[in-house]
Amino acid sequence: MAANSRKTGVLAALAAGVMLLAVYMIFFYLPPIRGEGGEVLSGSFRIFFFHMPIAITSYLAFVVVFVSSVFYLREKALKWDIYARSAAEIGALFSFLVLVTGSIWAKDAWGWYWIWDLRLTTSLVLFLVYLAYLMLRKSLEEPEKRARLAAVFGIMGFLSVPLSFLSIRLWRSAHPLMFGGNTGGSGGSGLEGTALQLTLAVNFIAYILLFAALFAVKVENERMQEAVDEKRYGEFEEGL
Amino acid sequence: MIRSLYIAAKDLKAEFRTKQMFNSMLIFSLIVLVVFSISFGDFLGDSSKVEKLAPGVLWVAFTFAGMLGLSRTFVMESENGCLEALKLCPVDRSAIYTGKVFSNLIIVFLMEIVTLPFFVVLFNYSLDSGTLLLLGLVLLLGTLGFIVVGTLLSALTLSTRTRELLLPVLLLPVLLPVLIPGVEATAGVLAGNGLSGISSELRLLAVYDLIFFAVSHLVFEYAISD
Repeated sequence: MAANSRKTGVLAALAAGVMLLAVYMIFFYLPPIRGEGGEVLSGSFRIFFFHMPIAITSYLAFVVVFVSSVFYLREKALKWDIYARSAAEIGALFSFLVLVTGSIWAKDAWGWYWIWDLRLTTSLVLFLVYLAYLMLRKSLEEPEKRARLAAVFGIMGFLSVPLSFLSIRLWRSAHPLMFGGNTGGSGGSGLEGTALQLTLAVNFIAYILLFAALFAVKVENERMQEAVDEKRYGEFEEGL
Repeated sequence: MIRSLYIAAKDLKAEFRTKQMFNSMLIFSLIVLVVFSISFGDFLGDSSKVEKLAPGVLWVAFTFAGMLGLSRTFVMESENGCLEALKLCPVDRSAIYTGKVFSNLIIVFLMEIVTLPFFVVLFNYSLDSGTLLLLGLVLLLGTLGFIVVGTLLSALTLSTRTRELLLPVLLLPVLLPVLIPGVEATAGVLAGNGLSGISSELRLLAVYDLIFFAVSHLVFEYAISD
């Protein structure tokens, strides 16, 4: 246990360090960003360097939930359930942050907090699936049953995210876009130049490290919780 | 396959003896249509607005009414230990799932067919037979997707504390990819586009149905074993 928590500590320190570097790069290292016409774009574009890594990480967390769910159903080992629930909680947090950072950026860039755009809606679906997953876990008490049913839902929910991406794409292409051109918001042409790419890469590393550190802490927490539960219910049974 | 048809036949027989689930779903969906029709009363003269609103209204009515029925499918079995007896049947567990999908599909689709004339009247449509057939196809594919996921999740929520409350929470986010093309295709049909106008929606619905049926079929066993 002690070696484990030292590893977690190192991971957390590393994540904090890279995060600081990433924030520094966004605010001080990045040159002003120019649009296609060479004009300087509003500084709000810098939130993109938070936004996109968080988004990718939230999808990554969901892949972890899916893989752990599949392995749980195959092996019935408690560790897979611990991985799934840890990743789901962090993923819910990250996908919420995606919606928040995206909305702030959208308000500044387009003047709307929310439009029913492809990527926005897919992120919303991801967040809702995470919430439903956590709700399901909360309403089941028996640990084995909770792990099994949550794994089934984890698999179903994971499938629905790419499918909603497809169906929303269809939906949007059937209607004209409300905004001309750059509605996707990936920043398209702005992403040339090494400074930008480097900043983005450092931010990616920072957020993936943050996810790994949070995941390690959470897994350790859940393991301790399991140990406590075992002790407590063990005593309870002796008391009977 | 034949065995799952037996299970479906058993469910249909039990259902049509009382018609409890069918009637409550039907009345519920009619009430939803009436409520929408009242609250949109001012728009109903304006056909361009109706065209935008009506497909969504239809699917809201069907989704909520269908959910009412889905939450009953396994609760019905949990009385008097029927589920244990069903699990003791010398069939694969997934046959129970397929049977339930068949019976739910038939009941919900019948409910939709009976609701449809009221929808046409309330929202002032005049449809020819070709459009009606196409609409039937869209409804069938959309409902199949709804039932395929809903039946699995209904089994999943059976053992939770708040099953009637939890089912919509779990079902709606997973259902979104079938609702969007469903509503779009319905809008296309009602606007008079032919089969070619809605083929991409129909394909997506079919793919959704297939993927979710295959996966649900595989994991159903874990959802009801104990």
